[in-house]
Amino acid sequence: MKALQKNDKPMLLRTRKAFIRDWQLMVLCILPVAYFIIFHYVPMYGVQIAFKDFRAIDGIWGSPWCGFKHFRRFFTSPQFWPLLKNTLGLSFLQLAIGFPIPIILAIMLNQAKSYKFKRFVQSVVYCPHFISIVVLTSMLYIFLSPRNGIVNTVIQALGGDPIFFLGEAKYFKLTFVISGVWQNAGWSAIIYIAALAGISPDLYEAAAVDGANKWQRIWHIDIPGILPTIVMMFILEVGKVMNLGMQKAYLMQNAQNLAASEIISTYIYKVGLINAQYSYSAAINLFNNLVNIFLLVSCNALAKRVTKNSLW
Amino acid sequence: MSLSGRFSRFRAQSFSDKAFDIVNYTLLALIAFLVLYPLYFIVIASFSDPVAINNGQVTLWVKGFNTDGYRKIFENTKIWRSYANTIGYTVVGTMINLALTMMLAYPLSRKNYCLRKPILFMAMFTMYFSGGMIPTFLWMSDLHLYNTRAVLVLLPAINVFNLIIAMNYIKNSIPEELYEAASLDGYGHIQYFTKIVLPLSQTIEIVLILYYGVAHWNEFMNGLIYIRDEALYPLQLTLRAILLQNQASSLGDVDSMMEQQKAAELIKYGLIIVSSLPVMVIYPFVQKHFSKGVMLGSIKG
Repeated sequence: MKALQKNDKPMLLRTRKAFIRDWQLMVLCILPVAYFIIFHYVPMYGVQIAFKDFRAIDGIWGSPWCGFKHFRRFFTSPQFWPLLKNTLGLSFLQLAIGFPIPIILAIMLNQAKSYKFKRFVQSVVYCPHFISIVVLTSMLYIFLSPRNGIVNTVIQALGGDPIFFLGEAKYFKLTFVISGVWQNAGWSAIIYIAALAGISPDLYEAAAVDGANKWQRIWHIDIPGILPTIVMMFILEVGKVMNLGMQKAYLMQNAQNLAASEIISTYIYKVGLINAQYSYSAAINLFNNLVNIFLLVSCNALAKRVTKNSLW
Repeated sequence: MSLSGRFSRFRAQSFSDKAFDIVNYTLLALIAFLVLYPLYFIVIASFSDPVAINNGQVTLWVKGFNTDGYRKIFENTKIWRSYANTIGYTVVGTMINLALTMMLAYPLSRKNYCLRKPILFMAMFTMYFSGGMIPTFLWMSDLHLYNTRAVLVLLPAINVFNLIIAMNYIKNSIPEELYEAASLDGYGHIQYFTKIVLPLSQTIEIVLILYYGVAHWNEFMNGLIYIRDEALYPLQLTLRAILLQNQASSLGDVDSMMEQQKAAELIKYGLIIVSSLPVMVIYPFVQKHFSKGVMLGSIKG
């Protein structure tokens, strides 16, 4: 008892001292912390409706519990496998095409020695990043139109048949990913350009003395030099796998391509807010988030073990 | 370096390096063209005759110059109302964003702040896990924020990525000695924050204004989820109704489907230009700041 009191006193004193020292910082934090609690943590607590049968009169907190009913319903529903397949298929295509292109673009820009040319190309390729998803999607309808879209005009000029990219399920994934590359590759390249600029010039001089050509310099200096950045970006990218491009997929959807364009996140929206099956939708959402966190954590752990780079 | 100097250096390169440069420059020029051309096409199409566009005659220059599309857009009150709404959401929303982000970024930039770690963790955790659409939606409805302007400016009040950029910027660019000197003059943290940190962080404030501003301007999903009343529509929802849904009600007094589609055809290019104009106009001037943001964010904190 005595010992406990002895230990307590400095602890309390320390807290008081810290409070006297930091109280103004705490005041500054009040509003932002209140924001996180109200707009993020209360909804997080509200995830419990995934385990409840939501009734409007009882609200989130008063509705009766029902265990894993909604999860079982989702896993056994005929939509489950197609949704999972579409979501993962789209994400992996995005990773396979969308991830390496910004790296290649950054290396190409880094190799261009004309400053003006480089600046011009950079300004151009960053630009589409700021176009809204709605505008991007309507541009897709314009340029991919099977009747008079430019892409199909070119295909026909080369002797092919016009393709309705947005109206056939089998073209949906590729259209989604390529248009994403058009919009975001330049912007995503910035971080690699910055990393490339940070590589020591001594390395290049030493390589030049050894007679290494450009390919060899890229392969043995540039790529190892930006590898930590690549690994970090890859983990972040994996962290988006399950929530990839919900808005764009939703806007690109139409009756003809729905077989490929319905992904979990768009399904959550439709089931939840259009059909008002709140608990079912929340359960699917929770499942989706958990899979996502699992992928992120395992990718991070793997990267830590293999490359010694990781997010945390 | 003079031209001849450059040329002789070029000649001194090995054959493979020369080939590499030629291929590299050609590909980069091609990429720039592929990115630029669609944007250019929208511009010339917006001034062209819709019939000529339909027949594929508009490729490199305006054909059948007219501004009917733009006139129709200016006459359309629904477009202007949502345009004005979005200007409001962007201005008010960005101000809230900036204030809250800086207010939290400063305390988190102080290494010996006793609550630094728990608050930072609390913020970062929301990047990886969230309650999801439905719990948030139900909670917003409980708070009577459904179908209000407030939800569009409050819900995205702090973006954690932007918060981290701001925190790192303050930590790395404002020297600790300044705080020591200020505290000798009797400054507390709040005074130091408002009188010294805020004025010295203009670079990051510009970056934050740009990022948040563009995000508000392009915001679509929150509008779709939370706004039912057309009078409160942000621009992107109206754009979707006209550009992607060819919605009859959006274009006012037009009767048949055919008329409807023709009208949409006429205004769609101009509408893309008008709706993207604010972002595209400021883009060339602030491009440097935009990319600076990414680099500031990449500094590990």
